[in-house]
Amino acid sequence: MQQIINFVIRNKTFLLFFLLFSIALALTIQSHSYHRSKFINSANSITGGVYGLSNSIDRYFGLDKENKILAEENKQLREALLNLNVSVSGSSIDTTYSDRIYRVKTAEVYKNSYSMTNNYLTINKGRNDSIREDFGVITSKGIVGIIDNTSANYSRVLSILSKKSRINAKIKLTDHRGSLKWDGSSPHYTQLEDISTFAPVKVGDTIETGGESSIFPKGIGIGVVESFEKDMSGDTYTIQVKLFNDMTNIGTIYILENLDRTEIISLENDSNE
Amino acid sequence: MNSVLGVNSVRFIALLLVQVVICSNINFLGYVNPYIYIIFIFLFPIRDDRMILLLSSFLLGMSIDMFLDSGGVNAAASVFLAYVRPILLKTSFGMLYEHQSIKFSNTDLGSLLTYVTFGTLIHHFILFSLEVFNISNILLIFKKTLFSSIFTIILCILIVILFSRNKK
Repeated sequence: MQQIINFVIRNKTFLLFFLLFSIALALTIQSHSYHRSKFINSANSITGGVYGLSNSIDRYFGLDKENKILAEENKQLREALLNLNVSVSGSSIDTTYSDRIYRVKTAEVYKNSYSMTNNYLTINKGRNDSIREDFGVITSKGIVGIIDNTSANYSRVLSILSKKSRINAKIKLTDHRGSLKWDGSSPHYTQLEDISTFAPVKVGDTIETGGESSIFPKGIGIGVVESFEKDMSGDTYTIQVKLFNDMTNIGTIYILENLDRTEIISLENDSNE
Repeated sequence: MNSVLGVNSVRFIALLLVQVVICSNINFLGYVNPYIYIIFIFLFPIRDDRMILLLSSFLLGMSIDMFLDSGGVNAAASVFLAYVRPILLKTSFGMLYEHQSIKFSNTDLGSLLTYVTFGTLIHHFILFSLEVFNISNILLIFKKTLFSSIFTIILCILIVILFSRNKK
């Protein structure tokens, strides 16, 4: 017993180092392997407060650009609205079935990273604004990511620029589906995998969300085909997708809440049992 | 003793804030960021207990991880740097370390440069290995380590000189 205590006292620095290093390593491994890392994240009041303060200074420098984006989006929405009126007025649509499915909220990005292997955004809405995990996040141009952690007033978004992110996507023209991943090299490109070689892929085709999950509705823009090649087995294409969004520069985002989500999930769980 | 504690606490908070608000948003060439918070570990008083250094480095790394959503990579790298610091001190300062009489404010630039360079390289290599976490991307790890280290070393030396030579 005496010897054990002596050993501990003699090597106390090393033992402490070993303990702390193991904790850090465990947290690292946990953040790489699980879809949702619970313990250490930036969705809390301390980090949110600091980022909020720096953002309140920072955002004055981007007002001009933000204005242009809004004006551009207004133009598009107005065009869509005018064209909608023309087509609806002629026919009679039963509105009882066209109830809204998605509720949209806006939020501001407090922190955005894109140089790591798993990137996250911190935004200024949380549980108090009824934001929950697994809500989709988009901008006026295209998708950004999925809510992955929430606190009372802040949430963390798992960016599409992350090795953990998998998003169901399709080619707009042909409905061939695949999953969108990121190889970690450039923040302007992601990779669309598992597209069958029967699909007539062309450079410049639009890629959009597939709508198979309950997170994103069908038809939200992702990017255009930059190049494509057969993967090693030769059965599927891996497509380089140039993103519509400039992921390095995101100011305001929209959060999509699927109002039927609980129903869809409970249905899926029932059928799995 | 109280002033040492005060100086180090202020340094801890100041470096943490500068790191997360400014330095981690530089993204020079898309991915090169300096990690200047390790100045805290470099300049920690030598005569103090190593246990305190280990614990405070862990706390600093963990706080950085919390802000940057990086799991525990900064904590691991900082703790490792804090643990190997005596070896680094011995190799770069030699006799001065033996006599426990290093004053960072008036050592010669060569020794300081060696000390900061090796420390930064070790820290960054562990940091990026754990962050990429994939041995097949070893080239990416080396690339990130090299470029970020150059950036960090230059900034660290400048900051140490700026903030410590004014007492002459």
